[in-house]
Amino acid sequence: MAVVFEPTKGLTDKPFHYCPGCCHGIIHRLVAETLVEMDALETAVGVASVGCTYNSYEYLACDMVQAAHGRAPAVATGIKRNLKDKIVFTYQGDGDLASIGTAEIVHAAARGEKITVVFVNNAVYGMTSGQMAPTTLVGQVTTTSPWGRNPETQGYPINVSEFLSQLPGAAYVERVCVTDFKNINAAKKAIKKAFTVQQNNLGFSLVEVLSTCPTNWGKEPLAAMEWLKENMQKQYPLGCYKGADLVFDENGKYVSGSIPATNNNCVNVAEVK
Amino acid sequence: MAQKRVLMKGNEVIAEAAIRAGCRNYFGYPITPQTEVMHYMAKKMVEAGGNFVQAESELAAINMVYGAASAGFRAMTSSSSPGISLKQEGISYIAGAELPAVVVNIVRAGPGLGGIQPAQGDYFQATKGGGHGDFRNIVIAPASVQEIYELVVDAFNLADKYRMMVMIMGDGTLGQMMEPVAFRDEEPIENIAKPWAACGRKGDDFHHTITSIYIDPDVLEKKNIELQEKYKIVEANEVRYESVCMDDDPEIVITAFSTCSRISRNVIRQARDMGIKVGMIRPITLWPFPSKPIAEAADMPSVKGFIDVELNAGQMIEDVRLAVNGKKPVYFHGRMGGNLPMQKEILDKIVAIHEGTLKEGGIV
Repeated sequence: MAVVFEPTKGLTDKPFHYCPGCCHGIIHRLVAETLVEMDALETAVGVASVGCTYNSYEYLACDMVQAAHGRAPAVATGIKRNLKDKIVFTYQGDGDLASIGTAEIVHAAARGEKITVVFVNNAVYGMTSGQMAPTTLVGQVTTTSPWGRNPETQGYPINVSEFLSQLPGAAYVERVCVTDFKNINAAKKAIKKAFTVQQNNLGFSLVEVLSTCPTNWGKEPLAAMEWLKENMQKQYPLGCYKGADLVFDENGKYVSGSIPATNNNCVNVAEVK
Repeated sequence: MAQKRVLMKGNEVIAEAAIRAGCRNYFGYPITPQTEVMHYMAKKMVEAGGNFVQAESELAAINMVYGAASAGFRAMTSSSSPGISLKQEGISYIAGAELPAVVVNIVRAGPGLGGIQPAQGDYFQATKGGGHGDFRNIVIAPASVQEIYELVVDAFNLADKYRMMVMIMGDGTLGQMMEPVAFRDEEPIENIAKPWAACGRKGDDFHHTITSIYIDPDVLEKKNIELQEKYKIVEANEVRYESVCMDDDPEIVITAFSTCSRISRNVIRQARDMGIKVGMIRPITLWPFPSKPIAEAADMPSVKGFIDVELNAGQMIEDVRLAVNGKKPVYFHGRMGGNLPMQKEILDKIVAIHEGTLKEGGIV
């Protein structure tokens, strides 16, 4: 019988612990498939973070390092500086990246660290049971914003892709979602582009993936997808925030487009006469 | 062995020794009084073809060490007391994930921001854990610039051998002092294979994972017991200390490490000139602690008592007392806040012990 479909070799056989309707499963698979398609499964090193993604080191079949909460970009820096020709990536949630790990993510981007960050934003702390995240929407009810996020006392959501794209060291930043086939394909393309940016040493790359958390949002999986489209996409518009003009040939070699090395608008006092 | 001696600062020798030991990763964040380690690395590590990253914080620096070590590369960071407190998160993870790493603490006076002058107030933090969980680090306390060089090279070998963090614990005096140092032509680098490293699957039919999380309590307990078994082996094999004037039936034994041992060394001579036979046991490894030679000294009939000298309110003295086990009195002399003891202060107490007029106790 002809094989029409088989699981990607980029994932281990370990069953996911994720809740029904959670997007992590899809996003893991996209990362795994991309590594396989780029023939990088044997060489890549991933960094898992803390939160629901803590166990991603068990699921992704490349070499994996589990990092402390928020520190994945620093850990990835330590790895990448030694493995300059390998794909090194982090897989982080929004509490990890946008709250406790803000210093690490900002400075990895500022340094133009040649790593890729897969940033999964579901607007809530999942693992610790639904607390308000830095990305929680205004008015969104969570276990620590029981009357809805009140900007007066709880401030405003952080749009990570928008602000990181302001940093010269960031070469490619795109926000995607995985609510349907079209978006899943676009998300995979973005992940591949991010890895390609890294392989060409162009700078820091980040793909923000909007994700659902049916359990902590208190919604059925399909209703959660709808909520994401109706609310999260308004606060977090999909699109490419940096590096939209980057062009690569069919072998993944950089052809043209804006990169930090040539387009950073920074004063260089060494060149000032 | 090359015997050409050069005059160098303790902090610079830490950096030079690390590069000579094959370390090609330095990640740091500025803090006084360890600044020269970083300055030296900024130039020499890059010239050696290694990685120098000025991190955004101590947290980031220790986690860069974690990353480089995970991939199987020798890596280090250095800092001083407040910065070491920040690194404790990463230090605990390094212990949990069993990664080889070297961390230098050029101790300054605390608590809090404290001051930038020398102290030994981090003894408890260094030897009793510091971070969360049941773990140990090998802690090495050099007492001279020459010893810094030799022990830093050893630290990288020990880290690789046991997959443990090794702390080099100095203080502001040791880091800032200039002394002659003789470098070897070739370093005794032990190249220990790291098949566990996460640096790409390398054709293995499994992926390498570095982690410190074990959700299943039975698995985590087993992991913890394995760690404790490893620490037992380290305790059995890696204790280092120096005995000074301990062979002629001393009456009083000084215990002191690093800078305090240097001051005490002169006191031994002065006391002996006065006819009081004083010896010294100088721990070089603060963990594993040299309990055995101290216990043996406590059993010597000639020994009337011990005097522990530290730059703190009395921290190592607890380990000394455990080793002495009540057999002899253990007196104390300490200075705090960045001050060093004068030789006369120690000598006066030794005379008082000899005359039987000094009381046991701490700094107050």
